[in-house]
Amino acid sequence: MDGATTVPEVTENEEIAPSERPLTRVPLVLNRRSYGWITERIAGAVENRAPRWWWVAFAVTAGIAGFGLFCLGYQISTGVGTWGLNHPVGWAWDITNFVFWIGIGHAGTLISAILYLLRQKWRTSINRSAEAMTLFAVICAAIFPGIHVGRVWMAWYLAPLPNNYGIWPNFRSPLMWDVFAVSTYFTVSVLFWYTGLIPDLATLRDRATSKIKKFLYGIFAVGWRGSNRHWRHYEMAYLLLAGISTPLVLSVHSVVSFDFATSILPTWHTTIFPPYFVAGAIFGGFAMVLTLMLPARALFKLHDIITLQHIDKMAKIILLTGSIVSYAYLMEFFMAWYSGNQYERFAFWNRVLGPYWWYWWVGMLFCNALSPQLFWFRWCRRNVYVVYFVCMCVNAGMWFERFIIIVGGLHRDFLPSSWGLFIPTWVDIWTFIGTHGIFLSLFLLFIRFLPMIAMSEVKIVLPESDVHRHDPIAVTEKEHA
Amino acid sequence: MVAGVSPAGEETLAADTAAATKPIRKGARMRTPSGHKVYAIAAEYSSASELYEAAKRVRDAGFKRWDVFSPFPIHGMDEAMGLGKSWLSAVVLIGGITGLLTAVTLEFGPSWLIYPVIVHGKPFNWATVPEFFPIMFELTVLFAAFSAFFANLIMNGLPRWHHPIFNWDRFARATNDGFFLAIEARDPRFSEMETHDLLVETGGLHITIVHEED
Repeated sequence: MDGATTVPEVTENEEIAPSERPLTRVPLVLNRRSYGWITERIAGAVENRAPRWWWVAFAVTAGIAGFGLFCLGYQISTGVGTWGLNHPVGWAWDITNFVFWIGIGHAGTLISAILYLLRQKWRTSINRSAEAMTLFAVICAAIFPGIHVGRVWMAWYLAPLPNNYGIWPNFRSPLMWDVFAVSTYFTVSVLFWYTGLIPDLATLRDRATSKIKKFLYGIFAVGWRGSNRHWRHYEMAYLLLAGISTPLVLSVHSVVSFDFATSILPTWHTTIFPPYFVAGAIFGGFAMVLTLMLPARALFKLHDIITLQHIDKMAKIILLTGSIVSYAYLMEFFMAWYSGNQYERFAFWNRVLGPYWWYWWVGMLFCNALSPQLFWFRWCRRNVYVVYFVCMCVNAGMWFERFIIIVGGLHRDFLPSSWGLFIPTWVDIWTFIGTHGIFLSLFLLFIRFLPMIAMSEVKIVLPESDVHRHDPIAVTEKEHA
Repeated sequence: MVAGVSPAGEETLAADTAAATKPIRKGARMRTPSGHKVYAIAAEYSSASELYEAAKRVRDAGFKRWDVFSPFPIHGMDEAMGLGKSWLSAVVLIGGITGLLTAVTLEFGPSWLIYPVIVHGKPFNWATVPEFFPIMFELTVLFAAFSAFFANLIMNGLPRWHHPIFNWDRFARATNDGFFLAIEARDPRFSEMETHDLLVETGGLHITIVHEED
C-alpha cells in the first residue's frame, strides 16, 4: 500500500460523541480520506505483489478445489451410485448443497440491488465483493443439480431445443422453472457486476504500469473515460439493473422453494416456503459476506472503508432475517399441530426427536435461531470476533437447515417399511468440501485481479463529492471554520 | 500526448496563438502551429463542486459539444450540463416486453400446439396458465437486463479503442481524483480566445488544447 498518506493505518474508534455534533452522521469513510487514498488503497491491493498469505491460501483452496473436481469426474464417469443416495432418500447432500450455495448468493444481490433502491449508501463498501461472492456461489450451486441428473451429457434436455425425439421440456414443472431462474439469475448478476466494474477497470487501466496489464484492463474497461454524458446512461442502466434484480432475487429462492412446496410430502408441502426460503437465503448470505469481508478488511487494512458501522448494519440484517427465519420455524410447528394431519405432526416430532435430532438442536435452534440474537447488543455487533463467531454458526446452521428440510422430509416415508437413513459417502463429502475450495479459490483470484471495493461508488459517499453541500459533516465543518 | 513546447509540458492555446504564424481557423479543421488537429480545449478543476459550477457556466454560454469527466457520477451534473433524463429506460422497457413475448411464444407454442404431451396427467386448459408465469417472468428479466447492459454500451459509443481526450497526459487522473472539462473545437461557438477565457474565469487549471491524434 505504498503511496498511502501518513494518517494512522488502523482506526477502530470511529465514534464521534453524539453531544459534539448533534445533527451529524458518522461518516461512511473514516479519517477524511481523499479520492487518491481510496484509489491507492483499493487498486494497490491488486497492483502490489501478492502477499505470502495469498499464495498459501490459494494453494490450499486450489488443492481442495482440484480434489473436488476429481470427485466430480469420478462421479460422472462411475455414476450417481458413488453418492449415498438410495431409497427413500433420493435427494440429500447434493440438493442441500445446491440450496445452500444458491442461498448464499442472495445476499450479494440484496446488497447490490435492494439496498441501492433503498438508497443505503453504506452498501458501496461491500457491494463489489458481495456480488462477486454471488457469482461464485451460483457457480458452486449449479454444479449439483447439473451432475445430479446422472447423465450430464443429456443436460441439454433441459433447454427448449427443437429435436427429432419429439421431447420438449415441461414448462409447468418447478424443476424447469429452476433452470430458468438460476440461469437468469447468474446471467443478470454477471451483467450487473460487470457494469459496476467498468469504471474501476478504467482506473486500473490508467494506473497500469506494464503493457500487458494496460492492454487487458483496457479491453475490459471498454474505453471508459468518466464522461458525464456516459455517466448519465450508466446510472440509468445501473438503476434499472438494480430494479429488475430486486424481483429476480426474490423469485429465485421462491422458485427453489417451489421444488419442495409443490410436492405432497409432509414438511415440504407448505405455502410458507417462498418467504421463509428468501429470508433464510439473505440470512445465510450475509453471514458469508462477513465471513469473507472480515479477513479481507484486516488483511488489506480497509478499516477506513469497511467500518464498524458497516459491520454493525450487516449484523442488524442478520438479526432481522434470522428472526424471520426463527418465526418461520415456529410457524411450521404451529401449522403441523393446527393442521391436525398425523403425517405432518409426526414429521415435526421426528425433526426434534428423530434420528437427526441433533441437526435440529444444533443447526436450526442454536446456530440459526439463538446465536444471531446476540446482535441485539451493540457491543456484540461491533466486536469482530463475536460477529465472526455468529457468522460461522449461521453458515453451518443454514446448511443443517436445508439438510433437515430435504432429508427430514424423505427419510421417514409414509410406510414404515420404506424408512431409511442417509449416509454420505466420501464422494459426497469431498464434493461438498471441493465446492468450498472452488468458491474460495475464485474469491482469492477475484481480490488479486479486480478491485474488491467499488472505488467509483465509495468516492460518491465522501462529503466533498456532494456538490450541493447537503452533507451534514461538510456543513458543520464549514460553520466551525 | 500533447505536443508540449513549454517547459511545463503543456501547450496552452494562448501561447500557441502568440507564436502562430498563420491564424487558427474555427471548426473541426483547426490546427495548431505545429500542424496538429485540435480536438478540444480542456481544463482541470480542483473539486467536484468547481466542476459543477463551471459546467453551469459553459451550459449557459450555449455550448453543445462539450463534456465533463469525473471519477464518479456527480449528482446534479446532468442538469448542470443541460442534459435531460436518459432515455435508456425506454430501451429496457422494449427489451422486457420482447422477453415476455418470447417466453409466451416459447412456452405456449410447443406445449400447447406443437408437442401437447400430457405430463403427470395435467390437463391443458386456462386454469393451468399461471404455471407458465415463472418462466415468463424470468425471460422478461433476462431480456431487460441484456438491453440495459448493451444499451448502456451502445448509447455511450463503447467499446471504443481510443479517444482524443486520452492524448492529454493529465487525463489519466479522470478515473482517480481528477475533474476535467473539455469543449470540442467542433462546437459552433468555439473560439480560441473566448473559450479559453471562459475556462479561466470558471477557475479551470492546466488549460490546454488536446490534439485529435497522437
